[in-house]
Amino acid sequence: MKDVPKQSPPNWAQQFLAWYCKPELLEDLQGDLNEYFERNLKSHGIKKAKLIYIIDTFKFFRLYTVRKPEFVKILISWIMIGNYIKTSGRSIVRNKLFSAINIVGLAVSMSVGLLLISLLLDTYSYDKFHVNHSRIYRINSQYQYLENKDRNFMATTSLRAAKAIKETFTVPEEVAILRNGFGGDMTFGEKTIPLNGLWANESMFSVFTFPLVKGNPANALKNPYSVVLTEKAAHKLFGDEEAIGKTIILNKDKAYTITGIVQDVPTTSHMKFEMLGAISTREITEKDNADELAWDNMWNTYVYLKMPVQFDPKLFQTNLDNLSAKENPSVKNTTITLKLQAMDSIMAGESLGNQLGPTMGSTLLWVFAGLSFVVILSACFNYTNLSVARSLKRSREIGIRKTIGALRGHVMGQFVVEAIIISFSALVAAFLLFLALRPYFKSMEPSLQALLTLNVSPLLVICFVGFALFIGVAAGLFPALFFSRINAVQVLKGSSTTKGFKKLTLRKALIVFQYTISLILITATLIMYKQYKHYMNFDLGFSTENILNIRLQGNKAEILKKELNELPEVKGISLSGMITSVGSYWGVPVKNPNNPEDSLSIAFNVVDENYIPLHDHHLLAGKNFTVLSDSAVESEVIVNEQVLKRFNLPKDPTLSIGEILSVTGKELRIVGVMRDFQYGRANNETGKETIFRYSRKDAQHLNVKLLSNDLPATYAKIETIWKKLDTVHAFEAKFYDDEIEESFKGLSASMKLAGAIAFLAVCIASLGLLGMVVFTTETRLKEISIRKVMGATEGGLVYLLGRGFFILLGIAALIALPLTYFFFEQIMLPKIANHAPLGLFEGVIAVMAVMTIALLMIGSQTLKVAKANPAEVLKNE
Amino acid sequence: MKGSNLGEFEELVLLTIAALMSDAYSVGICDELERQTGRTVKLGVVHAVLNRLEEKGFVKSKLGEATQTRGGKRKRYYSITSAGKAGLLKSKEVRDNLWNMIPNLSLNKI
Repeated sequence: MKDVPKQSPPNWAQQFLAWYCKPELLEDLQGDLNEYFERNLKSHGIKKAKLIYIIDTFKFFRLYTVRKPEFVKILISWIMIGNYIKTSGRSIVRNKLFSAINIVGLAVSMSVGLLLISLLLDTYSYDKFHVNHSRIYRINSQYQYLENKDRNFMATTSLRAAKAIKETFTVPEEVAILRNGFGGDMTFGEKTIPLNGLWANESMFSVFTFPLVKGNPANALKNPYSVVLTEKAAHKLFGDEEAIGKTIILNKDKAYTITGIVQDVPTTSHMKFEMLGAISTREITEKDNADELAWDNMWNTYVYLKMPVQFDPKLFQTNLDNLSAKENPSVKNTTITLKLQAMDSIMAGESLGNQLGPTMGSTLLWVFAGLSFVVILSACFNYTNLSVARSLKRSREIGIRKTIGALRGHVMGQFVVEAIIISFSALVAAFLLFLALRPYFKSMEPSLQALLTLNVSPLLVICFVGFALFIGVAAGLFPALFFSRINAVQVLKGSSTTKGFKKLTLRKALIVFQYTISLILITATLIMYKQYKHYMNFDLGFSTENILNIRLQGNKAEILKKELNELPEVKGISLSGMITSVGSYWGVPVKNPNNPEDSLSIAFNVVDENYIPLHDHHLLAGKNFTVLSDSAVESEVIVNEQVLKRFNLPKDPTLSIGEILSVTGKELRIVGVMRDFQYGRANNETGKETIFRYSRKDAQHLNVKLLSNDLPATYAKIETIWKKLDTVHAFEAKFYDDEIEESFKGLSASMKLAGAIAFLAVCIASLGLLGMVVFTTETRLKEISIRKVMGATEGGLVYLLGRGFFILLGIAALIALPLTYFFFEQIMLPKIANHAPLGLFEGVIAVMAVMTIALLMIGSQTLKVAKANPAEVLKNE
Repeated sequence: MKGSNLGEFEELVLLTIAALMSDAYSVGICDELERQTGRTVKLGVVHAVLNRLEEKGFVKSKLGEATQTRGGKRKRYYSITSAGKAGLLKSKEVRDNLWNMIPNLSLNKI
């Protein structure tokens, strides 16, 4: 037919029609629609005509046109499943190497998938125990000073906003106000235990589902100086005695009455507490504190609202904006924005500052999900690749099946069933791997340990089985489509030998993809490792070697110091307020001596006279602090070079000695100038203005310099001394270097994760490559033998067989390396201060490693073939 | 008796098939109906009616020859059966009887 119009109706719509329509009605209907299509083409143009055609195909989907489901066919499929399983099983057993490669590859990647699934299930099970969890919302706030706009939202808000919402807003049914900072040593009679808790108002128990074992939920937290203990805390303090109504003393200061006992907080709660104090107490204790109700004091109070089942979030946001607009003028230069967040999204939501407990954060979930997806995809590619490669051997079977009467659907069914069998075998192995990997995964980052249980539950098992089914279908779909297209006549005639190679470009692309991913992951891991090493060995500007930092936890420093000094291993002891270089900051407003209008928040630490020599801080000029008694007035300060620069003091440090700095109103004389050092974590900006102030009574840490061949033993000795002096608090001490290492736990965790996944990706890619090499060499066995007979050398043959694969790996390297370098150079590293420079070394190492593994795979197989006796191969013909 | 009665639209379609003689296929019927009644006639409706008429035994159909139009698909030609003819005559008879019952007077008054 030469007159067939070039423009034809959309293919899929035609197929859809053919699919649902009864065969006896089909041709006529198709013709009618075509006729209309041609008419519309003339009058309305191609687009409209296509649209009308599509609409019409759906319009004709009627009772009388739709073909009845053919039960016989379904029945046949069911009968055939037994046969499919049998033949699939045989084929799996016959090709042991390929099956093993597929099962191992899928198992390895699926174990990552299983981890991801259990991680997601754990994360989304958080806070679901609250009866009204979907109706609870939290108020988040954003602080903006002048134009510094890009600030994150905080999970907290101000007490002033909380009160305004509680008193003037009509939409929320209940408003729970919580505040951190309630906790300390709780004493009853002779017994003292440290307890952590929260301040809370009386709506606590009506918003959240924290059932009271004893006490009245409506007024347990109403009156000042009421406290509610968890069952566990009550048991610790009272044993089996009745706790309710008893008076307990917090921090040897205020007496509280126990008004309720609450069930222990479930692990799946984002907020954790051992006791709750009535927030009304603060109305008495903080009566004279003007800051308590300040609009910009938004760092400690949490507001949770129980909303009606239906409410208008937009309208509520307008109300919040109105509140901000009304209150913002009360604080100069500051804009605070309020926002509603659903409680269900706290655990897996965006990372906010001031969270009430550790959260998972969406970033980690996305990164992990992305990496798992890539690894699983890679394993599925292996399956596809190897199955299609083997099509030569299977195509006869398909041909016979089709001749006997199998339809396309039956062949597809057979291959999908085969893939599902493989994926279920892989699931068993993956599950064992999952159980083995679980503890390592949790210990990767300390906060994960607290957040996740990763327990096996029925729901989890159902998800796993569903996952295996999905993987089976995903991996088997392409081979199924490929095999079902095979033309029975051609195959049986024996002219199919070339057919299997038609998809060669696709298979090459899959190999390149797998190796690109592997190389990217390896290089990224190596780059991260380099950064990590760089930060670990970073020159902070002072010495941290063999220094043990002990948290005093309220103990008298002098007593501990005296006891410790008796140990021979202790070489020196100093006092400090905080630990620098691990990511903590203390700030204090300091006035510029040259310009009193100019005031600046400067980072500081309080130290004693031993601190500077003990930590090898380098004094450029002046001297160390003079020893003062605890009651003496603070008069001296030691500054770093940046302070001189910032305040336009003389460049020469010796000339700045004696200048007076006004620190929170106190006039302090500069007695020394020290060299700049890294006050914040090493990956934060350097060159921060820093001062040291002298105070022994504000010290919170004891810095103990040790000289010992057996540090763990010394540590144990110090712990014994601590236990003797303080029976309440556990010994908390860390070596300075360990503490710095810990402050980089985020980086080290992502490094470990990327490393593990890179390893898996390489394993899977190598397995796939091995399979492909085995297949290629096997199919070219005869060719190789003839070449050998003609005089080809073994080396030449190995080169001949391996060349193609190395070209593919080369392409992968050419894609992967620039991509990785671009990502780190342009996107990641510019955001991080003091990073190590990117070297070519990492990329070269990654390529070398991958090439070596590939060489082993290719070399071993090709050599085996090249060494084979050609006579053995050729005599079979 | 359900199934042997003719609906209004069914009757129109049946009449059109009879009128078009050997050229009665779905799209043709559709066009002819549009020309005669002046209202838009949807192909889907005609198709459904044809299908129903065939089930009732009023029409029979056979596939024609393939042509170059319609994407090479054959047309299904409909022709009226004797049952169809009887149905049409019956309904005409009912109408004629009713017409005859109306005195000229009462119509002219309107």
